[in-house]
Amino acid sequence: MSVYAKPLPRLDDANAPFWAAAKAHELKLQKCADCSTLRFPATRHCASCGSTKSGWEAVSGRGTVESWCRFHQVYFEGFGTEVPYTVIVVRLNEGPRLFSNLVGASAGGHESEIEIGLPVDVYFDDVTPEVTLVKFKPAT
Amino acid sequence: MPNRSLSRAYAVAGIGNTRYGKLPEYDAYDLGVWALHEALDDAGLAVGDIDGLIINRIADYQRFGEIIGLNPRYCTITPGQGRFSGHCIETAVAVLEAGLAEVVALVYGNNGRSGGDRYGGASDLYGSGGAGLWFPYGMTSPGAFHALMAQRHMSLYGTTSDQMGLVAKTFRDHAALNPAAVMREPYTLEEYRHSRFIVEPLHLLDYCLINDGGVAMIITSAERAKDMKSEPVAIAGFGMATELAGSTFPPDDFWHGAGAKAAQDTYEMSGISPPEMDGLMIYDNFTPTVLFCLEAFGYCPVGESGPWIEEGRLALGGASPANTSGGHLSESYMQGWALNVEAVRQLRGQCDERQIEGARHIQYMTLAPMVTSIVYASEVA
Repeated sequence: MSVYAKPLPRLDDANAPFWAAAKAHELKLQKCADCSTLRFPATRHCASCGSTKSGWEAVSGRGTVESWCRFHQVYFEGFGTEVPYTVIVVRLNEGPRLFSNLVGASAGGHESEIEIGLPVDVYFDDVTPEVTLVKFKPAT
Repeated sequence: MPNRSLSRAYAVAGIGNTRYGKLPEYDAYDLGVWALHEALDDAGLAVGDIDGLIINRIADYQRFGEIIGLNPRYCTITPGQGRFSGHCIETAVAVLEAGLAEVVALVYGNNGRSGGDRYGGASDLYGSGGAGLWFPYGMTSPGAFHALMAQRHMSLYGTTSDQMGLVAKTFRDHAALNPAAVMREPYTLEEYRHSRFIVEPLHLLDYCLINDGGVAMIITSAERAKDMKSEPVAIAGFGMATELAGSTFPPDDFWHGAGAKAAQDTYEMSGISPPEMDGLMIYDNFTPTVLFCLEAFGYCPVGESGPWIEEGRLALGGASPANTSGGHLSESYMQGWALNVEAVRQLRGQCDERQIEGARHIQYMTLAPMVTSIVYASEVA
């Protein structure tokens, strides 16, 4: 069994519900209990209304690519065999954004398809028995 | 509304800098002290004449005061981010106007090269401090953040890699005329195209340098500055705006919104507008920032910066000569400070081979989550 060598998320208290949902193959974002604004990364205070009351809500997992770039420089040892790899910014249909990877891109399958506005669907990548990363694939 | 009474009421009375490059025998304090002494000599002042001290990037103001043996009446320190150079200069004016000090020294020291600074990787905090959250996807570094912005600009407006390359090449050509610059060897656009990608679409030559150095400025009232040793240069106007909300992610407007606000205040306070600028000093952390800046500050319409800079507009002899020192890309990564000093030198006519003939107004601009701009003028009130 190969050892997973890439950086893993720091499972802090604030973001724990996000990673727990991902492990269950659900995309959840923090939602203000007062003004209903969705947010991520997790914070104590809602940036829209200042409320400290919040919960976590499942979202569609659909969004569009806002931009992308390709890493040639190796910043993390675990990515050393994967360069060049692609990082995307996804704008979820519900508004918040995430940095992520486009599944298939590094294998060459979808590289030519990347463009701004490309519709994508969430893809859950079980990278270790404990951790699932939230990635995206071109929408079908 | 900007306070127009501030226009030309304060001036740069002294400037100083160290050598740039690799200076392993100096720490950031040493570099700051070195630059400060140069600036004091330039103004004809002594350490004891300073009653306001603004420190940037050097780790500790207390230690710095101890080293130079000074108990300033007013003292503050700012984070080691390049966007704070313009901020510090604007703060100096505010401190003077409020009567909290009469002679303010601004001191910057950076031993990033010898200190082994790295941007990107496990220690990266860029992007609202939450960078670590995205390491599992391989996302890291200010360079990647700007690469994402560049790619979006290319896709939306047809901006090309060659246009970014032209920015880099132009500044290198300027550095070739600047004996103080770290990187002075000119290159062709073809060589730019073949330089390795760091985070595509950005090549190595789209990135600023990492090096050691220090810069200092002395700012005081225009009245006092006139009696000092060197020719004063007026602070004709300035502006600041921020885009902090949502700033974990690249701004989808390339910071044009905040830039336009800072631009409006700068032009209103100074009474000077883009067509009247003789030279530009643009915060060139990465080449695309130069393009976004020209759009945000009204030099060209949004999306048209790529074609606008073609035909040598930013080169010495062009309509809007920019970063005549070579900037962060080729002179030295002094996080805006050396660009402000270059503005002063241009207006004093001290730039020898790279002098902009008859320069009267120079605009400094930085585009980031905190946007600042300063217009310097050779005529003091």
